[in-house]
Amino acid sequence: MAEFIQQLINGLALGSIYALIALGYTMVYGVLRFINFAHGDVYMIGAFAGFYLAPWVWTIFPEPQEAGWQAVPGAVAVLLGSMAICALLGMAIEWLVYRPLRNRPRLTVLITAIGVSLFLENTGQLFFGAEPKFFPDIMPDRAIEGLGDLIVMINQVVVLGVTFALLVALRFVVMKTKIGTAMRALSFNPLAAQLMGINTSVVISFTFAIGSALAAAAGVLQAINYPSIDPLMGILPGIKAFVAAVLGGIGNIPGAALGGFIIGVLETFVVGYISPMYRDAIAFAVLILILLFKPSGLLGKVEREKV
Amino acid sequence: MKNWPKSLLLAFALLAFLFSLMAERGLINDYYLDIILMIGVNIILGVGLNLVTGYTGQFSLGHAGFMAVGAYLAAAVTVFLGDDVTRIFGEGSVQTTGLYLLAMMIGGLGAALAGVIVGAPSLRLKGDYLAIVTLGFGEIIRVIIQNMEIIGGPRGFSVPVTPTNFFWTYLMAAICIYVVVLLVNSTYGRGFLMVADDEIAAEAMGINTTKYKVIAFVVGAFFAGIAGGLYVHFKQYIHPEGFNFLRSVDIVVIVILGGMGNTPGVIAAAVLLTILPEGLRYVAGWEVLPNWVRHVAQNRMILYSLLLITLMLTRPQGLFTFNRRLRQRLT
Repeated sequence: MAEFIQQLINGLALGSIYALIALGYTMVYGVLRFINFAHGDVYMIGAFAGFYLAPWVWTIFPEPQEAGWQAVPGAVAVLLGSMAICALLGMAIEWLVYRPLRNRPRLTVLITAIGVSLFLENTGQLFFGAEPKFFPDIMPDRAIEGLGDLIVMINQVVVLGVTFALLVALRFVVMKTKIGTAMRALSFNPLAAQLMGINTSVVISFTFAIGSALAAAAGVLQAINYPSIDPLMGILPGIKAFVAAVLGGIGNIPGAALGGFIIGVLETFVVGYISPMYRDAIAFAVLILILLFKPSGLLGKVEREKV
Repeated sequence: MKNWPKSLLLAFALLAFLFSLMAERGLINDYYLDIILMIGVNIILGVGLNLVTGYTGQFSLGHAGFMAVGAYLAAAVTVFLGDDVTRIFGEGSVQTTGLYLLAMMIGGLGAALAGVIVGAPSLRLKGDYLAIVTLGFGEIIRVIIQNMEIIGGPRGFSVPVTPTNFFWTYLMAAICIYVVVLLVNSTYGRGFLMVADDEIAAEAMGINTTKYKVIAFVVGAFFAGIAGGLYVHFKQYIHPEGFNFLRSVDIVVIVILGGMGNTPGVIAAAVLLTILPEGLRYVAGWEVLPNWVRHVAQNRMILYSLLLITLMLTRPQGLFTFNRRLRQRLT
């Protein structure tokens, strides 16, 4: 029983990462009806941004050599800084590459997205070096005492906590702010939104910014737990997060989060109870099953294709 | 000119005969021969994928998986059945050629079967989803091969003989081009194009879109398998990592660069993109250039990705499309 709960917690922590990345996929699909293949690499850039930011941040905030709460402001600064950098990156990519292709056939944009993804990965290899780097310890890691057989590391709690906070914040933005409402309007009917006076370009840029910021947060959180980062780390999580978004219903924000957690838990359970060999195959198997049986996803609604 | 595929076939046959005579006599440098054989393989891969993606509009990111199936099956036939064939039929060049052709056929048919298996569930999907699912299938194929110890698994698989030469490679390439061009210029071709342009209208006209998609997929997969068989029989060593997503992307770049639905363009692009990495390798050796330029030259994926992006932004019909009708279709 204890092991089951242990795996569950591990799965939820993994699922948080997927959920954060999946949110970016789903939001961009909602406003643009387009899968941003390069999103997984924004996650990677987020991790590297945190890597390069950390020494800078430590010139201002105290370093985490001593345990305890002293380290938190520094860690938060790294997280926010990385999110800001990737928000700008996301907006830049949209402006440079996707915006000129707004009216082109879908295939063209898809191929371009693959091109951007490959470009990010390979320039990452060029500038950061292909060998894995060790992410600095921005938070002290310890197991929480007093839980008996359960091993829960502080870092896992941090991942879950930060993810929860970000999800709440996102929900607030999407539901209660003007620009969030504009995003939702755009995802329902782009033409009507424009007729209502919504500046599509601004909203789209904002969507990319938020999605990329969330991916960056995922990158930093992942790097805190598994300190080895390399330029190709975004490929597999990117694909799995895409599957998570599809699982939850692409275009549906709570669905993406739900999908992320499901995939995370599923992957952890299969690796733990069946075999580690199938770790990466799970996501693909889920994708094929969901597309065969319920393509609109768990929380999605069936979109009638208007001829 | 009329019936250019047939003329091309004959021209190839003649050229191949002359060329292979030269190659047998050792008149051609091994390195260049390797590149020339690779060009042939890439032509087959590109033309096959062009049928699926260019003419039929099904974006497939898993083509390397079909190549892997063909390569491994062909290698397995050569390695495991070679002794039996020698035992039953004796030694001799007829026997080796016969075994080689058998290996290729089995590779191609195996890949075609994989095409049916991949195609069946995927073909009701469109655009982005189809791309991801084909990517997934490509990876699944690769992972399955990686876990099969009998054909080497993660250590790779070797073949002791190299029957692939200029003649076989370019004969297969010519056959592939011939078949694809014939298909495209027939009622099947009309069907493919309709599926690419507007599926709903096609169904309304009574065209069975699934049938045409599956045919395109299977033919493309078959030739990818043949290409794989050719490949393994001159490289002598294959490894699952050589058939991953990036390899699929290589083939996709060939099709995009050539112009989707533009077979001569894709052939030209295949030639260009086979020679390009070698040229880049040469450039990377020039010490005159600054270090970062040399690094970029070495990492051809940076250039490929920039090429993809720039091409899609400025010339989505591909570099080699001069036909206005094709250009209008793709923009």
